[in-house]
Amino acid sequence: MDDLILVIWTTVKVLLVSVPLIIAVAFFTLAERKVIGFMQVRMGPNQIGPLGLLQPFADTAKMLFKELVIPTNVDRTLYIIAPLLTLAPAFAAWAVIPFDQGVALSKIDAGLLYLLAMTSLGVYGVILAGWASNSKYAFLGAMRSAAQIVSYEIAMGFALVGVLIASGSLNLEKIVLAQAGNAGFFEWFWLPLLPLFIIYFISGVAETNRAPFDVAEGESEIVAGFHVEYSGAAFAVFFLAEYANMLLISFLAAIMFLGGWLSPVQGWIGGPLGEPSFIWLFAKAGFFAFCYLWFRATFPRYRYDQIMRLGWKVFIPITIVWIVVAAILILTKVVERGI
Amino acid sequence: MGAVTQYFKSLMLKELLVGLSLTGRYFFRPKYTLRYPDEKTPKSNRFRGLHALRRYPNGEERCIACKLCEAVCPALAITIDSEMRADGTRRTTRYDIDLFKCIFCGFCEESCPVDSIVETDIHEYHFEQRGENVVNKMQLLAIGDRYENDIAAARAQDAPFR
Repeated sequence: MDDLILVIWTTVKVLLVSVPLIIAVAFFTLAERKVIGFMQVRMGPNQIGPLGLLQPFADTAKMLFKELVIPTNVDRTLYIIAPLLTLAPAFAAWAVIPFDQGVALSKIDAGLLYLLAMTSLGVYGVILAGWASNSKYAFLGAMRSAAQIVSYEIAMGFALVGVLIASGSLNLEKIVLAQAGNAGFFEWFWLPLLPLFIIYFISGVAETNRAPFDVAEGESEIVAGFHVEYSGAAFAVFFLAEYANMLLISFLAAIMFLGGWLSPVQGWIGGPLGEPSFIWLFAKAGFFAFCYLWFRATFPRYRYDQIMRLGWKVFIPITIVWIVVAAILILTKVVERGI
Repeated sequence: MGAVTQYFKSLMLKELLVGLSLTGRYFFRPKYTLRYPDEKTPKSNRFRGLHALRRYPNGEERCIACKLCEAVCPALAITIDSEMRADGTRRTTRYDIDLFKCIFCGFCEESCPVDSIVETDIHEYHFEQRGENVVNKMQLLAIGDRYENDIAAARAQDAPFR
Protein backbone atom coordinates (compact mmCIF):
# COMPACT_ATOMS: atom_id res chain seq x y z
CA MET A 1 0.00 0.00 0.00
CA ASP A 2 2.77 2.39 0.92
CA ASP A 3 4.56 1.52 -2.29
CA LEU A 4 1.47 2.30 -4.31
CA ILE A 5 1.07 5.67 -2.64
CA LEU A 6 4.73 6.42 -3.29
CA VAL A 7 4.37 5.54 -6.97
CA ILE A 8 1.26 7.67 -7.35
CA TRP A 9 2.76 10.58 -5.45
CA THR A 10 5.94 10.42 -7.54
CA THR A 11 3.92 10.30 -10.75
CA VAL A 12 1.96 13.35 -9.64
CA LYS A 13 5.18 15.19 -8.85
CA VAL A 14 6.70 14.26 -12.21
CA LEU A 15 3.57 15.51 -13.96
CA LEU A 16 3.72 18.70 -11.93
CA VAL A 17 7.14 19.39 -13.44
CA SER A 18 6.76 18.03 -16.95
CA VAL A 19 3.33 19.40 -17.87
CA PRO A 20 4.25 23.00 -17.07
CA LEU A 21 7.51 22.35 -18.89
CA ILE A 22 5.67 21.31 -22.05
CA ILE A 23 3.47 24.39 -21.80
CA ALA A 24 6.54 26.55 -21.22
CA VAL A 25 8.16 25.05 -24.32
CA ALA A 26 5.02 25.80 -26.32
CA PHE A 27 5.09 29.43 -25.31
CA PHE A 28 8.85 29.57 -25.72
CA THR A 29 8.42 28.80 -29.42
CA LEU A 30 5.95 31.65 -29.62
CA ALA A 31 8.36 33.90 -27.70
CA GLU A 32 11.10 32.98 -30.14
CA ARG A 33 9.05 34.01 -33.14
CA LYS A 34 7.90 37.16 -31.39
CA VAL A 35 11.35 38.23 -30.18
CA ILE A 36 13.04 37.56 -33.50
CA GLY A 37 10.18 39.30 -35.25
CA PHE A 38 10.51 42.34 -33.00
CA MET A 39 14.25 42.51 -33.58
CA GLN A 40 13.59 42.42 -37.32
CA VAL A 41 11.08 45.26 -36.92
CA ARG A 42 8.04 43.11 -37.62
CA MET A 43 5.35 41.85 -35.31
CA GLY A 44 5.62 38.08 -35.32
CA PRO A 45 2.51 35.93 -35.01
CA ASN A 46 -0.38 38.05 -33.77
CA GLN A 47 -3.49 36.70 -35.46
CA ILE A 48 -4.44 33.61 -33.47
CA GLY A 49 -5.85 34.59 -30.12
CA PRO A 50 -5.00 37.83 -28.33
CA LEU A 51 -1.46 38.89 -29.32
CA GLY A 52 -1.07 35.52 -31.03
CA LEU A 53 -1.04 33.71 -27.69
CA LEU A 54 -2.88 30.69 -29.07
CA GLN A 55 -0.39 30.23 -31.91
CA PRO A 56 1.58 27.42 -30.18
CA PHE A 57 -1.60 25.38 -29.80
CA ALA A 58 -2.42 25.83 -33.46
CA ASP A 59 1.13 24.77 -34.32
CA THR A 60 0.92 21.70 -32.10
CA ALA A 61 -2.42 20.63 -33.50
CA LYS A 62 -1.10 21.02 -37.04
CA MET A 63 2.02 19.07 -36.21
CA LEU A 64 0.18 16.19 -34.56
CA PHE A 65 -2.32 15.75 -37.38
CA LYS A 66 0.38 15.58 -40.03
CA GLU A 67 1.39 12.30 -41.53
CA LEU A 68 4.39 10.60 -39.97
CA VAL A 69 6.30 9.70 -43.10
CA ILE A 70 8.77 6.87 -42.71
CA PRO A 71 10.99 6.82 -45.79
CA THR A 72 11.99 3.54 -47.40
CA ASN A 73 15.34 2.05 -46.40
CA VAL A 74 15.40 3.68 -42.99
CA ASP A 75 16.28 1.59 -40.00
CA ARG A 76 12.75 1.58 -38.60
CA THR A 77 13.57 0.72 -35.00
CA LEU A 78 16.28 3.34 -34.62
CA TYR A 79 14.27 5.82 -36.65
CA ILE A 80 11.42 5.65 -34.14
CA ILE A 81 13.59 5.37 -31.04
CA ALA A 82 15.77 8.39 -31.92
CA PRO A 83 13.28 11.18 -31.12
CA LEU A 84 12.34 9.50 -27.86
CA LEU A 85 16.01 9.14 -27.00
CA THR A 86 16.42 12.89 -27.45
CA LEU A 87 13.31 13.74 -25.50
CA ALA A 88 13.79 11.47 -22.49
CA PRO A 89 17.09 12.94 -21.19
CA ALA A 90 15.85 16.46 -21.90
CA PHE A 91 12.96 15.84 -19.51
CA ALA A 92 14.78 13.56 -17.07
CA ALA A 93 17.34 16.27 -16.34
CA TRP A 94 14.60 18.39 -14.78
CA ALA A 95 14.36 15.90 -11.92
CA VAL A 96 17.19 17.53 -9.98
CA ILE A 97 16.43 21.19 -10.69
CA PRO A 98 15.58 22.91 -7.39
CA PHE A 99 12.87 25.49 -8.03
CA ASP A 100 12.99 26.82 -4.48
CA GLN A 101 14.62 25.72 -1.28
CA GLY A 102 13.58 22.09 -0.83
CA VAL A 103 11.38 22.10 -3.95
CA ALA A 104 12.89 19.55 -6.31
CA LEU A 105 11.75 16.17 -7.61
CA SER A 106 14.90 14.55 -6.35
CA LYS A 107 17.45 16.08 -3.99
CA ILE A 108 20.31 13.74 -4.86
CA ASP A 109 23.82 14.76 -3.82
CA ALA A 110 25.39 14.02 -7.20
CA GLY A 111 22.93 16.35 -8.98
CA LEU A 112 25.61 18.07 -11.01
CA LEU A 113 27.01 14.79 -12.31
CA TYR A 114 23.52 13.58 -13.13
CA LEU A 115 22.92 16.76 -15.12
CA LEU A 116 26.16 16.39 -17.06
CA ALA A 117 25.20 12.81 -17.87
CA MET A 118 21.69 13.71 -19.00
CA THR A 119 22.68 16.68 -21.13
CA SER A 120 25.28 14.55 -22.93
CA LEU A 121 22.87 11.68 -23.49
CA GLY A 122 20.71 13.85 -25.72
CA VAL A 123 23.28 13.70 -28.50
CA TYR A 124 22.71 9.98 -28.96
CA GLY A 125 19.22 10.69 -30.19
CA VAL A 126 20.65 13.15 -32.69
CA ILE A 127 23.30 10.71 -33.90
CA LEU A 128 20.80 7.86 -34.18
CA ALA A 129 18.35 10.06 -36.05
CA GLY A 130 21.03 11.01 -38.53
CA TRP A 131 22.20 7.45 -38.96
CA ALA A 132 18.79 5.80 -39.17
CA SER A 133 17.38 8.26 -41.68
CA ASN A 134 19.56 6.89 -44.48
CA SER A 135 20.05 10.36 -45.88
CA LYS A 136 23.35 12.10 -46.50
CA TYR A 137 22.11 15.41 -45.12
CA ALA A 138 20.84 13.83 -41.93
CA PHE A 139 24.09 11.93 -41.62
CA LEU A 140 26.23 15.02 -42.09
CA GLY A 141 24.12 16.89 -39.56
CA ALA A 142 24.50 14.09 -37.03
CA MET A 143 28.28 13.98 -37.52
CA ARG A 144 28.59 17.70 -37.03
CA SER A 145 26.34 17.63 -34.02
CA ALA A 146 28.26 14.80 -32.41
CA ALA A 147 31.66 16.43 -32.91
CA GLN A 148 30.39 19.76 -31.69
CA ILE A 149 28.74 18.40 -28.57
CA VAL A 150 31.78 16.33 -27.67
CA SER A 151 33.98 19.42 -27.96
CA TYR A 152 31.79 21.71 -25.93
CA GLU A 153 30.97 19.10 -23.33
CA ILE A 154 34.53 19.40 -22.09
CA ALA A 155 34.46 23.17 -21.74
CA MET A 156 31.07 22.90 -20.08
CA GLY A 157 32.28 20.23 -17.68
CA PHE A 158 35.32 22.31 -16.76
CA ALA A 159 33.11 25.32 -16.14
CA LEU A 160 31.08 23.21 -13.76
CA VAL A 161 34.26 22.06 -12.03
CA GLY A 162 34.80 25.72 -11.20
CA VAL A 163 31.35 25.83 -9.62
CA LEU A 164 32.15 22.66 -7.76
CA ILE A 165 35.37 24.16 -6.39
CA ALA A 166 33.63 27.34 -5.32
CA SER A 167 30.66 25.67 -3.67
CA GLY A 168 32.19 22.43 -2.43
CA SER A 169 29.12 20.42 -3.33
CA LEU A 170 27.54 18.58 -6.23
CA ASN A 171 24.07 19.07 -4.80
CA LEU A 172 22.33 21.84 -6.73
CA GLU A 173 20.48 23.07 -3.67
CA LYS A 174 23.71 23.40 -1.72
CA ILE A 175 25.31 25.15 -4.69
CA VAL A 176 22.60 27.80 -4.53
CA LEU A 177 22.82 28.12 -0.76
CA ALA A 178 26.60 28.52 -1.02
CA GLN A 179 25.92 31.72 -2.98
CA ALA A 180 23.80 33.25 -0.22
CA GLY A 181 25.27 36.21 1.61
CA ASN A 182 24.71 39.76 2.70
CA ALA A 183 26.19 41.32 -0.40
CA GLY A 184 23.32 39.92 -2.48
CA PHE A 185 24.17 40.18 -6.15
CA PHE A 186 27.93 40.21 -5.54
CA GLU A 187 27.95 37.01 -3.50
CA TRP A 188 26.93 34.92 -6.48
CA PHE A 189 29.39 32.83 -8.42
CA TRP A 190 29.22 34.89 -11.59
CA LEU A 191 31.71 37.35 -10.13
CA PRO A 192 34.61 35.09 -9.05
CA LEU A 193 33.85 32.70 -11.92
CA LEU A 194 33.06 35.30 -14.59
CA PRO A 195 34.96 33.63 -17.49
CA LEU A 196 33.51 30.26 -16.55
CA PHE A 197 30.04 31.77 -16.40
CA ILE A 198 30.32 33.20 -19.91
CA ILE A 199 31.89 30.03 -21.26
CA TYR A 200 29.24 27.90 -19.60
CA PHE A 201 26.43 29.77 -21.25
CA ILE A 202 28.09 29.87 -24.66
CA SER A 203 28.85 26.15 -24.43
CA GLY A 204 25.24 25.64 -23.40
CA VAL A 205 24.14 27.38 -26.58
CA ALA A 206 26.47 25.12 -28.54
CA GLU A 207 25.29 22.03 -26.66
CA THR A 208 21.68 22.66 -27.58
CA ASN A 209 22.67 23.19 -31.22
CA ARG A 210 21.28 26.68 -31.27
CA ALA A 211 22.29 29.69 -33.34
CA PRO A 212 25.05 30.72 -33.86
CA PHE A 213 26.24 27.12 -33.38
CA ASP A 214 23.40 25.44 -35.27
CA VAL A 215 25.49 23.89 -38.04
CA ALA A 216 23.82 20.57 -37.23
CA GLU A 217 20.73 21.88 -38.99
CA GLY A 218 22.35 24.50 -41.18
CA GLU A 219 19.54 24.95 -43.66
CA SER A 220 21.74 26.66 -46.21
CA GLU A 221 23.87 23.60 -46.83
CA ILE A 222 22.31 20.48 -45.25
CA VAL A 223 18.61 21.41 -45.30
CA ALA A 224 17.61 20.61 -41.73
CA GLY A 225 20.41 18.35 -40.62
CA PHE A 226 19.59 15.33 -38.54
CA HIS A 227 15.82 15.74 -38.56
CA VAL A 228 15.43 16.33 -42.29
CA GLU A 229 13.59 13.03 -42.78
CA TYR A 230 11.26 13.48 -39.82
CA SER A 231 7.74 14.84 -40.04
CA GLY A 232 4.65 15.21 -37.95
CA ALA A 233 4.72 14.10 -34.33
CA ALA A 234 8.31 12.77 -34.49
CA PHE A 235 9.54 16.16 -35.65
CA ALA A 236 7.51 17.79 -32.89
CA VAL A 237 9.27 15.57 -30.36
CA PHE A 238 12.68 16.76 -31.60
CA PHE A 239 11.45 20.30 -31.35
CA LEU A 240 10.15 19.74 -27.83
CA ALA A 241 13.47 18.23 -26.73
CA GLU A 242 15.48 21.08 -28.21
CA TYR A 243 13.46 23.77 -26.49
CA ALA A 244 13.27 21.84 -23.20
CA ASN A 245 17.07 21.66 -23.32
CA MET A 246 17.31 25.40 -23.93
CA LEU A 247 15.13 26.08 -20.90
CA LEU A 248 17.18 23.59 -18.91
CA ILE A 249 20.45 25.36 -19.73
CA SER A 250 18.82 28.67 -18.81
CA PHE A 251 17.76 27.33 -15.43
CA LEU A 252 21.17 25.76 -14.81
CA ALA A 253 23.00 28.98 -15.62
CA ALA A 254 20.69 30.80 -13.22
CA ILE A 255 21.15 28.21 -10.49
CA MET A 256 24.89 27.79 -10.73
CA PHE A 257 26.08 31.30 -11.46
CA LEU A 258 23.27 33.70 -10.60
CA GLY A 259 22.23 32.35 -7.23
CA GLY A 260 19.12 30.41 -8.16
CA TRP A 261 16.15 31.58 -6.12
CA LEU A 262 18.20 34.07 -4.06
CA SER A 263 17.31 37.71 -4.24
CA PRO A 264 19.84 40.04 -5.90
CA VAL A 265 19.28 42.64 -3.17
CA GLN A 266 19.50 40.21 -0.28
CA GLY A 267 21.04 41.98 2.71
CA TRP A 268 20.66 45.45 1.14
CA ILE A 269 16.98 46.11 1.50
CA GLY A 270 14.58 44.17 3.66
CA GLY A 271 10.98 43.34 2.96
CA PRO A 272 9.68 40.90 0.38
CA LEU A 273 12.11 42.14 -2.28
CA GLY A 274 15.11 40.88 -0.33
CA GLU A 275 13.56 37.49 0.36
CA PRO A 276 14.57 34.42 -1.64
CA SER A 277 11.73 33.32 -3.92
CA PHE A 278 11.18 31.01 -6.86
CA ILE A 279 10.15 34.12 -8.81
CA TRP A 280 13.79 35.24 -8.83
CA LEU A 281 14.84 31.92 -10.31
CA PHE A 282 12.23 32.17 -13.05
CA ALA A 283 13.21 35.75 -13.78
CA LYS A 284 16.89 34.85 -14.09
CA ALA A 285 16.17 31.78 -16.21
CA GLY A 286 13.82 33.89 -18.32
CA PHE A 287 16.65 36.31 -18.97
CA PHE A 288 18.90 33.52 -20.22
CA ALA A 289 16.09 32.09 -22.33
CA PHE A 290 15.67 35.53 -23.85
CA CYS A 291 19.42 35.61 -24.53
CA TYR A 292 19.03 32.43 -26.60
CA LEU A 293 16.53 34.20 -28.83
CA TRP A 294 18.56 37.39 -28.81
CA PHE A 295 21.64 35.52 -30.02
CA ARG A 296 19.65 33.84 -32.73
CA ALA A 297 18.36 37.17 -33.97
CA THR A 298 21.83 38.73 -33.87
CA PHE A 299 24.62 36.38 -34.86
CA PRO A 300 25.27 34.71 -38.20
CA ARG A 301 26.09 31.02 -38.10
CA TYR A 302 29.67 30.07 -37.24
CA ARG A 303 31.67 28.26 -39.84
CA TYR A 304 32.25 24.68 -38.77
CA ASP A 305 36.03 24.91 -38.31
CA GLN A 306 35.57 28.14 -36.36
CA ILE A 307 33.29 26.33 -33.95
CA MET A 308 35.94 23.71 -33.41
CA ARG A 309 38.66 26.34 -32.98
CA LEU A 310 36.57 28.21 -30.43
CA GLY A 311 35.79 25.07 -28.47
CA TRP A 312 39.23 23.52 -28.35
CA LYS A 313 41.66 26.41 -28.61
CA VAL A 314 39.85 29.11 -26.69
CA PHE A 315 37.33 27.72 -24.25
CA ILE A 316 39.21 24.73 -22.89
CA PRO A 317 42.46 26.65 -22.13
CA ILE A 318 40.53 29.49 -20.50
CA THR A 319 38.49 27.13 -18.34
CA ILE A 320 41.58 25.23 -17.22
CA VAL A 321 43.36 28.46 -16.29
CA TRP A 322 40.35 29.76 -14.43
CA ILE A 323 39.88 26.53 -12.51
CA VAL A 324 43.38 27.08 -11.16
CA VAL A 325 42.60 30.71 -10.43
CA ALA A 326 39.39 29.73 -8.66
CA ALA A 327 41.22 27.15 -6.58
CA ILE A 328 43.81 29.76 -5.58
CA LEU A 329 41.06 32.25 -4.72
CA ILE A 330 39.43 29.67 -2.48
CA LEU A 331 42.67 28.54 -0.86
CA THR A 332 43.83 32.07 -0.11
CA LYS A 333 40.37 32.84 1.28
CA VAL A 334 39.89 35.76 -1.12
CA VAL A 335 36.52 34.15 -1.86
CA GLU A 336 34.82 32.51 1.07
CA ARG A 337 33.64 29.03 0.41
CA GLY A 338 29.95 29.05 1.12
CA ILE A 339 29.57 25.85 3.11
CA MET B 1 50.63 45.73 -30.95
CA GLY B 2 47.66 45.60 -33.29
CA ALA B 3 47.45 41.85 -32.97
CA VAL B 4 47.45 42.05 -29.18
CA THR B 5 44.66 44.64 -29.08
CA GLN B 6 42.72 42.57 -31.57
CA TYR B 7 43.17 39.53 -29.36
CA PHE B 8 41.86 41.28 -26.26
CA LYS B 9 38.99 42.83 -28.21
CA SER B 10 37.83 39.42 -29.36
CA LEU B 11 38.35 37.98 -25.87
CA MET B 12 36.16 40.72 -24.38
CA LEU B 13 33.48 39.84 -26.97
CA LYS B 14 33.40 43.49 -28.01
CA GLU B 15 31.98 42.96 -31.48
CA LEU B 16 29.39 40.53 -30.21
CA LEU B 17 28.20 43.04 -27.61
CA VAL B 18 27.98 45.75 -30.26
CA GLY B 19 25.83 43.44 -32.37
CA LEU B 20 23.64 42.53 -29.43
CA SER B 21 23.08 46.16 -28.53
CA LEU B 22 22.04 46.87 -32.12
CA THR B 23 19.39 44.14 -32.18
CA GLY B 24 18.45 45.15 -28.63
CA ARG B 25 17.68 48.65 -29.85
CA TYR B 26 15.69 47.37 -32.80
CA PHE B 27 13.64 45.25 -30.40
CA PHE B 28 12.01 48.41 -29.06
CA ARG B 29 11.60 50.19 -32.39
CA PRO B 30 8.08 50.78 -33.64
CA LYS B 31 7.23 48.02 -36.11
CA TYR B 32 6.73 48.61 -39.82
CA THR B 33 4.22 45.80 -40.21
CA LEU B 34 0.96 46.87 -41.77
CA ARG B 35 -1.82 44.61 -40.59
CA TYR B 36 -3.37 44.10 -44.01
CA PRO B 37 -6.89 43.47 -44.37
CA ASP B 38 -7.32 45.56 -41.18
CA GLU B 39 -4.98 48.32 -42.31
CA LYS B 40 -4.20 49.35 -45.86
CA THR B 41 -1.58 51.54 -47.44
CA PRO B 42 -2.79 54.64 -49.27
CA LYS B 43 -2.79 54.12 -53.02
CA SER B 44 -1.62 56.53 -55.68
CA ASN B 45 -4.33 58.06 -57.86
CA ARG B 46 -2.32 56.67 -60.76
CA PHE B 47 -2.61 53.11 -59.45
CA ARG B 48 -3.32 50.71 -62.33
CA GLY B 49 -5.61 47.92 -61.21
CA LEU B 50 -8.81 46.33 -62.47
CA HIS B 51 -10.24 47.83 -65.69
CA ALA B 52 -13.55 49.65 -66.08
CA LEU B 53 -15.55 51.19 -68.92
CA ARG B 54 -17.01 54.60 -68.12
CA ARG B 55 -20.20 56.33 -69.18
CA TYR B 56 -21.13 59.96 -69.76
CA PRO B 57 -23.33 61.55 -67.08
CA ASN B 58 -26.35 61.09 -69.36
CA GLY B 59 -25.84 57.33 -69.27
CA GLU B 60 -24.39 56.97 -72.76
CA GLU B 61 -21.32 54.73 -72.88
CA ARG B 62 -18.17 56.60 -73.79
CA CYS B 63 -16.58 53.92 -75.93
CA ILE B 64 -16.76 54.64 -79.64
CA ALA B 65 -15.07 51.41 -80.75
CA CYS B 66 -12.05 53.18 -82.27
CA LYS B 67 -9.99 50.11 -81.27
CA LEU B 68 -6.93 52.19 -80.33
CA CYS B 69 -6.68 50.31 -77.07
CA GLU B 70 -6.85 46.99 -78.86
CA ALA B 71 -4.12 48.16 -81.20
CA VAL B 72 -1.82 49.54 -78.49
CA CYS B 73 -2.23 46.65 -76.08
CA PRO B 74 1.24 45.03 -75.91
CA ALA B 75 -0.14 41.81 -74.40
CA LEU B 76 -3.00 41.47 -76.93
CA ALA B 77 -5.40 41.20 -74.02
CA ILE B 78 -8.22 43.28 -75.52
CA THR B 79 -10.67 41.98 -78.14
CA ILE B 80 -13.22 44.33 -79.68
CA ASP B 81 -16.07 43.78 -82.18
CA SER B 82 -18.22 46.68 -83.33
CA GLU B 83 -21.12 47.55 -85.58
CA MET B 84 -23.42 50.45 -86.33
CA ARG B 85 -26.13 51.07 -83.80
CA ALA B 86 -29.69 52.08 -84.81
CA ASP B 87 -28.90 55.80 -84.26
CA GLY B 88 -25.99 55.58 -86.70
CA THR B 89 -23.14 55.67 -84.15
CA ARG B 90 -20.41 53.08 -84.02
CA ARG B 91 -20.52 51.06 -80.82
CA THR B 92 -18.87 47.92 -79.51
CA THR B 93 -20.78 44.68 -79.48
CA ARG B 94 -17.97 42.94 -77.71
CA TYR B 95 -15.28 44.29 -75.42
CA ASP B 96 -13.31 41.51 -73.71
CA ILE B 97 -10.19 41.90 -71.58
CA ASP B 98 -8.26 38.79 -70.62
CA LEU B 99 -6.91 39.73 -67.20
CA PHE B 100 -4.38 36.88 -67.33
CA LYS B 101 -2.82 38.36 -70.44
CA CYS B 102 -3.06 41.94 -69.24
CA ILE B 103 0.18 43.37 -67.83
CA PHE B 104 -1.52 46.47 -66.38
CA CYS B 105 0.69 48.86 -68.33
CA GLY B 106 -2.06 51.44 -68.67
CA PHE B 107 -1.52 52.02 -72.42
CA CYS B 108 -5.22 51.40 -73.12
CA GLU B 109 -6.16 54.21 -70.78
CA GLU B 110 -3.51 56.50 -72.32
CA SER B 111 -4.66 55.76 -75.83
CA CYS B 112 -8.37 56.21 -75.25
CA PRO B 113 -9.56 59.46 -76.91
CA VAL B 114 -12.79 59.57 -74.88
CA ASP B 115 -11.49 58.39 -71.47
CA SER B 116 -13.68 55.34 -71.70
CA ILE B 117 -11.41 52.48 -70.70
CA VAL B 118 -9.68 53.21 -67.40
CA GLU B 119 -7.73 51.26 -64.86
CA THR B 120 -9.19 51.68 -61.38
CA ASP B 121 -7.31 51.24 -58.12
CA ILE B 122 -9.12 47.95 -57.37
CA HIS B 123 -6.55 45.22 -56.88
CA GLU B 124 -8.32 42.83 -54.51
CA TYR B 125 -10.34 40.53 -56.76
CA HIS B 126 -10.23 36.86 -57.55
CA PHE B 127 -11.58 34.24 -59.93
CA GLU B 128 -13.20 30.99 -58.88
CA GLN B 129 -13.86 29.38 -62.26
CA ARG B 130 -11.86 28.97 -65.41
CA GLY B 131 -12.81 31.64 -67.91
CA GLU B 132 -13.71 34.23 -65.32
CA ASN B 133 -10.42 35.92 -66.11
CA VAL B 134 -11.97 37.19 -69.35
CA VAL B 135 -14.18 40.12 -68.38
CA ASN B 136 -16.73 41.25 -70.95
CA LYS B 137 -18.29 44.56 -71.78
CA MET B 138 -21.19 44.22 -69.35
CA GLN B 139 -18.89 43.51 -66.43
CA LEU B 140 -16.55 46.35 -67.32
CA LEU B 141 -19.44 48.78 -67.60
CA ALA B 142 -20.80 47.54 -64.28
CA ILE B 143 -17.46 48.19 -62.60
CA GLY B 144 -17.40 51.64 -64.17
CA ASP B 145 -20.93 52.42 -62.96
CA ARG B 146 -20.17 51.26 -59.47
CA TYR B 147 -16.91 53.13 -58.97
CA GLU B 148 -17.57 56.15 -61.20
CA ASN B 149 -17.13 58.59 -58.31
CA ASP B 150 -13.77 57.15 -57.29
CA ILE B 151 -12.58 56.99 -60.89
CA ALA B 152 -13.61 60.56 -61.60
CA ALA B 153 -11.99 61.80 -58.37
CA ALA B 154 -8.69 60.08 -59.15
CA ARG B 155 -8.69 61.48 -62.72
CA ALA B 156 -9.46 64.95 -61.43
CA GLN B 157 -6.55 64.80 -58.97
CA ASP B 158 -4.17 63.75 -61.69
CA ALA B 159 -5.46 66.13 -64.37
CA PRO B 160 -3.10 69.11 -63.62
CA PHE B 161 -0.07 66.90 -64.27
CA ARG B 162 -1.15 65.63 -67.69
